[in-house]
Amino acid sequence: MMNDLQFLTWVRGPGLDIAIGIFLLGVLWRLFEIYSLGRKPDLSAPRHASGASGLHTVFRRSLPPPGMLKRSPVSYIGGYVFHFGLAVVVFLFAPHILLITNLTGLSWPGLPSQFVDLAAVVTMAAMVVVLADRINKPAKRFLSTFEDWFTWAVTFLPVLTGWMAVQHLLLPYTLMLAIHILSVEILLVVLPFTKLFHAFTLFGSRWYNGRVNGHKGVPV
Amino acid sequence: MQGPLIDTLARQGITRRTFLKYCATLASMMALPPSAGLAMAEALAATRRPSVIWLPFQECTGCTESITRSHSPTLEAMIFDMISLDYQETLMAAAGFQAEEALHNAMKDNMGKYLLIVDGSIPLGLDGAYSCIGGRSNLEILKEAAEGAAAIIAMGSCASFGGIPKANPNPTGAVSVSDIFTDKPIVNIPGCPPIPAVITGVLAHYLTFGTLPELDDKKRPKAFYGETIHDRCYRRPFYDQGKFAKTFDDEGARRGWCLFELGCKGPVTYNACATEKWNGGTSWPVESGHGCLGCSEPDFWDGGGFYKALSMPADPLKIGAVAAVVGAAVGVGVSVVNRVKKGAAKSAHETTDLADLEK
Repeated sequence: MMNDLQFLTWVRGPGLDIAIGIFLLGVLWRLFEIYSLGRKPDLSAPRHASGASGLHTVFRRSLPPPGMLKRSPVSYIGGYVFHFGLAVVVFLFAPHILLITNLTGLSWPGLPSQFVDLAAVVTMAAMVVVLADRINKPAKRFLSTFEDWFTWAVTFLPVLTGWMAVQHLLLPYTLMLAIHILSVEILLVVLPFTKLFHAFTLFGSRWYNGRVNGHKGVPV
Repeated sequence: MQGPLIDTLARQGITRRTFLKYCATLASMMALPPSAGLAMAEALAATRRPSVIWLPFQECTGCTESITRSHSPTLEAMIFDMISLDYQETLMAAAGFQAEEALHNAMKDNMGKYLLIVDGSIPLGLDGAYSCIGGRSNLEILKEAAEGAAAIIAMGSCASFGGIPKANPNPTGAVSVSDIFTDKPIVNIPGCPPIPAVITGVLAHYLTFGTLPELDDKKRPKAFYGETIHDRCYRRPFYDQGKFAKTFDDEGARRGWCLFELGCKGPVTYNACATEKWNGGTSWPVESGHGCLGCSEPDFWDGGGFYKALSMPADPLKIGAVAAVVGAAVGVGVSVVNRVKKGAAKSAHETTDLADLEK
């Protein structure tokens, strides 16, 4: 039976090694597989229309189409808030930057921990609202599969456990920190093999769609 | 056994007022209500000195050094006059058979009432042959002494959790006191060494209330081990502001910024150093510019390196590069298979229907 510190040392050591290994393996595997699929070249003469290109679509898809914000405010606002919140929490918390620096050599300034704390709370609130919306809206619920609930949970848990560790809630800090790191490792392991892989394919697929439609003269 | 403590103290020139102040401080230190100070003073003053037996096993005598040296000549040294320290190899004048006799007399005379203090871990390897005193293994001595003890106080990290002797690969098969006994009241006072005020606090609590102080799940007194070093650290504001010393002699270190990046284990270490400090309140490790080693936590020696920040990998990553190459190879392999399939489908003029797209 491991004690708290041994558990923490395991998730910081062998656990992290395994998780990052599977993450790298999965990411490279899927990137090679997806980008090598290819499509038949479109031999028709390209039609030109303003705003119809891969690059345009990459940016345009970041904004709601006319009228959609009103029809589905939770999806857009909630989605934006939690994605930005995640970015702040993951990339601007000093201990996280230290880990990334240690692994990659890259370094940048962090934010005060109180601000990151606030960002974590806002992120979790937005994620809960987005989940509630998915449960409440019949269409969203119908379209949801196990993978949707699962990926929500593995994204939510690292934020929750990290915040609880910092706030000293429920469990001693050492154990909570170890659980937090473990939850991140689970996220790393499943990311390449679930729809969470959109973190890597998002802009590529937008550019692809924009390019294909741009050839036909359709700005999407 | 001598007369009441207050008489002993009076003979040594300690006034009742000084003694009361000491008890009040002790009570507030242990987060007891103000009335407890008075109760403590009354109980301690009237107490007849209970017998205490101190057994050293696989230890470095650092715990004894800590308790003796840092007290003298403060009032805390007086607290030691409250107890009758009947056996302590380092401090006692007797040696050899005389010492053994003192031990056995104390055990016989105070059967079921004496306090047993243990420092050092107990080796179980080679039938305990790694550490013997007077030809008997530590385990044998401990079991005999524990038999009639009212309670056992495991002094220091070795007795509490196995400490450095238990560090990987644990050649002697060292274990802690609580690994051996499950049916005895045990208080762990971990630290390498532990803070002197903590042991006097626990003793005073026992003498006053006749019970051991409230303990956490690791059998540590909550009054002293209830919070982490990090939470009570005077450098904590710098952590929150993201101001860290990057080396031991940079601008940040000179300005007294947080030592987290230099490997401080304060966030995962439950101890009272930040509030009690050391050497009569002079300073403590973090104040002197070095991060906390986490010496009062179980298995701190194998916690992934003293100079690695908690958010850094405990070991260098080994499989990352190999995994990346394997991943790329699998990706290329799958791509080739896909292309071959596509080529075959094309030359066979296969058609695609909706069901295929659902695959």
